[in-house]
Amino acid sequence: MFWQKDIEMISRRALEELQLKRLKQTVRQAYKNIPFYKEHFSKLHIQPKDITSLKDIRKLPFTTREDLREYYPFGMLAVTKEQVVRLHTSSGTTGKPKAIFFTKKDVDRAAELIARCLIMTGVAKGDVLQNMMTYGLFTGALVMHYGAEKVGVLVIPAGPGNTKRQIALMQDFKTTTLHITPSYALYLATVMQNEGLDPQKDFSLRRAYLGSEPYSEETRKKIEKFFHIDVYNSYGLSEMNGPGVAFECREKNGMHLWEDNFIMEVIDPDTGETKPDGEKGELVLTTLYREAMPILRYRTRDITRILPGKCKCGRTHRRISRIIGRTDDMIIVRGVNIFPQQIERVLMGVKAVAQNYQIVLESYDQMTVRVEIVKELFDGKVDHLVNLRNEITEKIRSEILVRPKVELLEPGTLPVSEGKAIRVIDKRTL
Amino acid sequence: MEQLKQLSIFSENKPGRLTKITKVLAEEGVNILAINIASSDGFGVIRFIVDKCELAAQKLRQKGFTVSLNEVMAIELVDRPGGLFEVSALLSKKKINIENAYVLILGSRKKAFLIVDVNEIEKAKKLLKHENLRFFTVKKRGESKTVQGEKNDLE
Ligand SMILES: [Zn+2]
Repeated sequence: MFWQKDIEMISRRALEELQLKRLKQTVRQAYKNIPFYKEHFSKLHIQPKDITSLKDIRKLPFTTREDLREYYPFGMLAVTKEQVVRLHTSSGTTGKPKAIFFTKKDVDRAAELIARCLIMTGVAKGDVLQNMMTYGLFTGALVMHYGAEKVGVLVIPAGPGNTKRQIALMQDFKTTTLHITPSYALYLATVMQNEGLDPQKDFSLRRAYLGSEPYSEETRKKIEKFFHIDVYNSYGLSEMNGPGVAFECREKNGMHLWEDNFIMEVIDPDTGETKPDGEKGELVLTTLYREAMPILRYRTRDITRILPGKCKCGRTHRRISRIIGRTDDMIIVRGVNIFPQQIERVLMGVKAVAQNYQIVLESYDQMTVRVEIVKELFDGKVDHLVNLRNEITEKIRSEILVRPKVELLEPGTLPVSEGKAIRVIDKRTL
Repeated sequence: MEQLKQLSIFSENKPGRLTKITKVLAEEGVNILAINIASSDGFGVIRFIVDKCELAAQKLRQKGFTVSLNEVMAIELVDRPGGLFEVSALLSKKKINIENAYVLILGSRKKAFLIVDVNEIEKAKKLLKHENLRFFTVKKRGESKTVQGEKNDLE
């Protein structure tokens, strides 16, 4: 099913024409209204008229997270304050937050993209979406909410936490669709299991959208299997509206990035050079259809690749792979770049360990991976545990090329998260 | 042969784990007949022979412990020099591979048993069926008064 079939199935040629037209508009708008861009353009000796083809995007300056922080609160606004109707902020661990503004049209356009995503994954009128993301300054919940209302489904604005109430809501209102973080989904599974609930018999769940945290394919499969649902990957970031930037279709093979709204590039994070389709690098996004905050070549810090080839669903917007890692999350041990998700991927492939894990960094050449064993698979044999530990150590080593110290823990030892999981504990001092 | 079950509990090597486990057993009135601790770098498995193993397992699980129950054999050791040797020699002759073994003593040390944890318990039981051995089982004795007396002796 399609929400906007003509746009979703648009020919590549027509799409590129549309992109170029919108890129030119965006560049003019940014240059004219945002001093930050005007300054950068003159430093680079370029002007909006120099953008005559899509390839010319490479002439444009990058925008970084730090830029958004520096120009907080109103510095990146391209319209007057009277024209904006919504503010979201995105806070980092340090320093100033980033302010993201929406005009009325921006709110509507973001909702349109979500509507495409929902319909693409089989949602229809009569579906009930329980939105377990945090409402408030964070974009995750509200943007999804508006999109779901646009489609015409019942939205339960549950927010995260209070798991017993979540379960009651899901049962009472026959929730079919969840919008949830992967770690909370796993936690919810544990609670249901402990309560003796059968996800298939006692609920009406059909699908879930996981977002706001990276997770592995194994985690997706685990969640799908436990709840008997389809799990769709979604990608978004506050700076680019929030959720709905890219979304999986029912093929579940990469996320269609809505190229009429964004231009994507994948670059080498160190050199800034564009990578060809299929190669891994940092995703860089340019907004094409925003009034309040046009952003040029935003460095997302997310590592992904553009999947070459057409999707069976017929949509022409290219797909990106699941986020392989974040340039921020990257851990360096013994000089090797490691993403926590690589370790997660390994662990989820080992049956005898649970979903929860922790990476502890005590020095620059030693990392400890702490995992909980699965209660039901404990058979009392020490040698089995030793073998398990060796197996995990070896599998992680072959994935990341660094031999970790693996600690087996009693189930329930690691903190369970109801929000974003803290997986890495860095005890190293600079 | 009656079944004798061993309780195994997974434990990280950190202070107070044994105390916590034995506290649960004490509160439930479970009597510990034998204990064995096997540890590796960072973790260990604590094993018990108790009088009420199903109850002990259930209560420990409720408290969040990781518990496993498996059948073991308790072979009576004759109270004379070479008692243990005779049993070991027999097991070895029968090619019964021992994973773990420890001793259970009952009745003011009048009787000692070798707890033997083997990989294939059914096979081992068959092999030893016609040997002149006496086995200890909790269930059988738990019903009789003599075990009560022996329990007191243990305390
Ligand atoms: Zn598709």
